[in-house]
Amino acid sequence: MNTIITRYNTTAIALHWLVALLVFAAFPLGMYMHDLPLSPTKLQLYSYHKWLGITVLLLAVLRVVWRVTHAPPALPDNLSRGQQIASHVTHQFLYVLILAVPISGWLMSSAKGFKTVWFGVLPLPDLVGKDKALGEMLSNVHESFNYLLLALVLLHIAAALKHHFIDKDGVLLRMSLKGERS
Amino acid sequence: MIQRCHMLLAGGLLLCTQVQAVEFKQVLANESSVTFAYKQMGVPLDGKFNKFAAQLAFDPAKIAKAQARIDIDVASIDTGSTEANDEVVGKLWFNAKTYPVASFVSTGLKALGDNRYEATGKLSIKGRTQEVKAPVTFQAAGNRGAFDGSFTIKRLDYAIGEGEWTDVGTVANEIQIKFHLVVKVAPSKK
Ligand code: HEM
Repeated sequence: MNTIITRYNTTAIALHWLVALLVFAAFPLGMYMHDLPLSPTKLQLYSYHKWLGITVLLLAVLRVVWRVTHAPPALPDNLSRGQQIASHVTHQFLYVLILAVPISGWLMSSAKGFKTVWFGVLPLPDLVGKDKALGEMLSNVHESFNYLLLALVLLHIAAALKHHFIDKDGVLLRMSLKGERS
Repeated sequence: MIQRCHMLLAGGLLLCTQVQAVEFKQVLANESSVTFAYKQMGVPLDGKFNKFAAQLAFDPAKIAKAQARIDIDVASIDTGSTEANDEVVGKLWFNAKTYPVASFVSTGLKALGDNRYEATGKLSIKGRTQEVKAPVTFQAAGNRGAFDGSFTIKRLDYAIGEGEWTDVGTVANEIQIKFHLVVKVAPSKK
């Protein structure tokens, strides 16, 4: 196929992969640290997890700002209307979740009585007070959002691979790190 | 000497009694508190001891005779999370089974003026005793008064947190202890 590919710009591509990298680190870390017995290592991992997560939140805000101020490159015209809607909806949900997952973590921490101090330096405000029941509720919310995120990320990856290897329509290249930058 | 007057309304009599000294002797445990603050991975946290007993004798006019003793039931600690509460009573931290009580026994009190004092005493935790100094303020209102003070200890001086927990990069070595003791006058019966 020799469809002309219009790529995302450098900022969008950099933010996309940075967020992906950090989520791929924060997610397994969250799963792993949770069941550890209390130890200095556990306390350190919890902090690293929170720092990573807040970094994701910051980058996610930047991504949303980029997205509302820029139109993404038009999709190749081989995509059916249904595919276009599906991709659009998935992307919207992904944006929501990369915000909602860290925000739920931040609120959970506050509710559990642990202030989040980004990189041990910048204290974030506690938007909710200490409240045990709320903390447990938010822990479940954080977990559920994460499973939703996992499901959508898997779908997102599957779709990207399908476009690349089956449809061969260059959709993956729009966000690829390699290739010409616009 | 302080004069105390009570108006007896029924008889319209003014009755004055002389009280030898205002000695604050009775500690109101329910209104008092022993709390602490520390940092974990740069995160400020605080906790408290729910059970402690305090004996005290304090007459603002006779500082040299002031005495205080506070016995803390270390197992009554509340660090703010159940997981940590279970951990810190254990061997590596307070070892509450072997050392159930932490105590402060005063050795002296110095008046700094303006209701401010400096208390010195011996703090014993987990079988280790260290001299501590704490600035204290005392505010009296009627027959009640309140002491407020704080001082900072290094937890490793008392072996609070052994083994892997000696890592002060995770749980800081400095622990600030704050106390608020509400006291009442025990009028002398002379
Ligand atoms: C991209 C961002 C994040 C991802 C992908 C993520 C992912 C996860 C995952 C998968 C778990 C395990 C869930 C479970 O099985 O209970 C977890 C747990 C946890 N996360 Fe996050 N997280 C993120 C951001 C944050 C932030 C920003 C904070 C706090 C500031 C945070 C605090 C926590 C805490 C405290 C737990 C343990 C929950 C518990 O002990 O009940 N997370 N996270």
